[in-house]
Amino acid sequence: MSAAADDQFYREYILDHYKNPRNYGRLEHPDISHEEDNPLCGDVVGMDFRLQDGVISDIRFHGRGCAISQASASLLTERLKGLSLEEAKKINKDDVLGELGIDISPARIKCALLSLKVLKVGAYGLAGDDEE
Amino acid sequence: MATRTIDVAAIRKDFPIFETGIAYLDSANTSQRPKQVTGAMLEYFEKFNSNIHRAAYRIAEEATVRYEATREKVRAFINAASTKEIVYTRGTTEAINLVAYSWGRKNIGQGDLIVLTILDHHSNIVPWQILAAERGAHIEYVDIDEKGELRQDQFAELLKRGPKLVAFNLVSNAMGTINPARDMVAAAKKAGATVLVDGAQSTPHQPVDVRALGCDFYAFSGHKMLGPTGAGILYGRRELLEAMDPFMAGGDMIKTVRIEGTTYHDLPWKFEAGTQAIAEVIGLGAAVDYLTDLGMDAVRAHELEITEYAYEAMSDVEGLTLYGPPPSRRAGVVSFSLEGIHPHDLATIADRDQVCLRAGHHCAMPLMTRLGVAATARASFYVYTQKEEVDRLVSSIKEAQRIFA
Repeated sequence: MSAAADDQFYREYILDHYKNPRNYGRLEHPDISHEEDNPLCGDVVGMDFRLQDGVISDIRFHGRGCAISQASASLLTERLKGLSLEEAKKINKDDVLGELGIDISPARIKCALLSLKVLKVGAYGLAGDDEE
Repeated sequence: MATRTIDVAAIRKDFPIFETGIAYLDSANTSQRPKQVTGAMLEYFEKFNSNIHRAAYRIAEEATVRYEATREKVRAFINAASTKEIVYTRGTTEAINLVAYSWGRKNIGQGDLIVLTILDHHSNIVPWQILAAERGAHIEYVDIDEKGELRQDQFAELLKRGPKLVAFNLVSNAMGTINPARDMVAAAKKAGATVLVDGAQSTPHQPVDVRALGCDFYAFSGHKMLGPTGAGILYGRRELLEAMDPFMAGGDMIKTVRIEGTTYHDLPWKFEAGTQAIAEVIGLGAAVDYLTDLGMDAVRAHELEITEYAYEAMSDVEGLTLYGPPPSRRAGVVSFSLEGIHPHDLATIADRDQVCLRAGHHCAMPLMTRLGVAATARASFYVYTQKEEVDRLVSSIKEAQRIFA
């Protein structure tokens, strides 16, 4: 009963992205590199971008933290690879939350959106305001 | 005299919130409140709601009498010498800020040393950091050993340098460590320091005697000891409080106000400017009555039993790391982490089973850094905690391990 609810919350593919993160690691000499943290829970996410003619040709993320923050980062890198920076700019919090596909409580929303903050602040220099 | 014991089943009937079915394991954060406390507050709102110390009509007199009655209850509860030494604040944080502002700005100067500990809560660190930066003073922190207990050898060395102020918590909120406060206060006083003890985590859970403790200031919150939020206490030795200037200024803290200048009210009202949290203070009085009826020795004995039970149950869980000293030297707080599972993920899974568990840095980031973790999970207990709630926590932990396996 409760186990089913938990499994739904921690959907299989979120756990999969947490345990087997895609595009994990660092790039040598990245064109853009940025890291953000969430001091409240100690989540850290950083991303390295390689650009070719304005397109994200390669991307890596690194970090540590809860399953939500790390799976969200892994999912975002998959989505970003091959996009132009202009296209990447259009990604908003609804996209990120939609991709996670689970009901995120207000207390955990910062975890889910940490990777988006890295993208926004790092890739197009927006102020690091919390996105909520 | 027979030792009193806690009848948990009877106590829980006083707390309607438990009818929701929650396992509440976050009392170090804020406690639940019994009907006696909410009832006393409701009675004020419905029967004699009015402002204190001002009006001459009957209900205002009633409000004033009830508001001031809490002061005597608190005085007796912590064995202060006089109600003049009991100042109402919004909580521990405001109490410590009051001392940092009113005492600190008069007594801390260039080059002075302030000694704190790595176990302290942010509310007993940040006010002193601000003061130190403003006055050109500096701060040293007593470290912990591998058992999570303060290094007394290092404390003794720091005292040789003649600190002006020593401030520490009697019980660590993050790990539950009970510090040897009486010895530490005595040593600090001998070294000539003024001593503030943060009693936020000790006052709700064990007998407190500020005169036996010997400290100059003692701060605590009502909301961690069955009372409402917004009412807390600063105890200060009378001669120190007399010599201090007000913290907040305004109505009710004055004797006379003239264009040429103002004379301040007597203790303790000198520190209570503006309309006070009347209902909350009355609620705090009811909470003190409730705890006094239970007996603080019995409260401590019950929590020790629950803590030992939890400690043992959790020691058996594979991949679980416990922080801090053994149950006999800790309050009802168990801080832990699980291999491969972030505390927030655990707390979310526990929440699905209606188990209320704290995850985070517990407002003790220097300690988390010292332990080399970003966050821990923390279960904390109180008079109403039963073993069944601990069992539910252990199931949630195993459930999380199954999901993350």
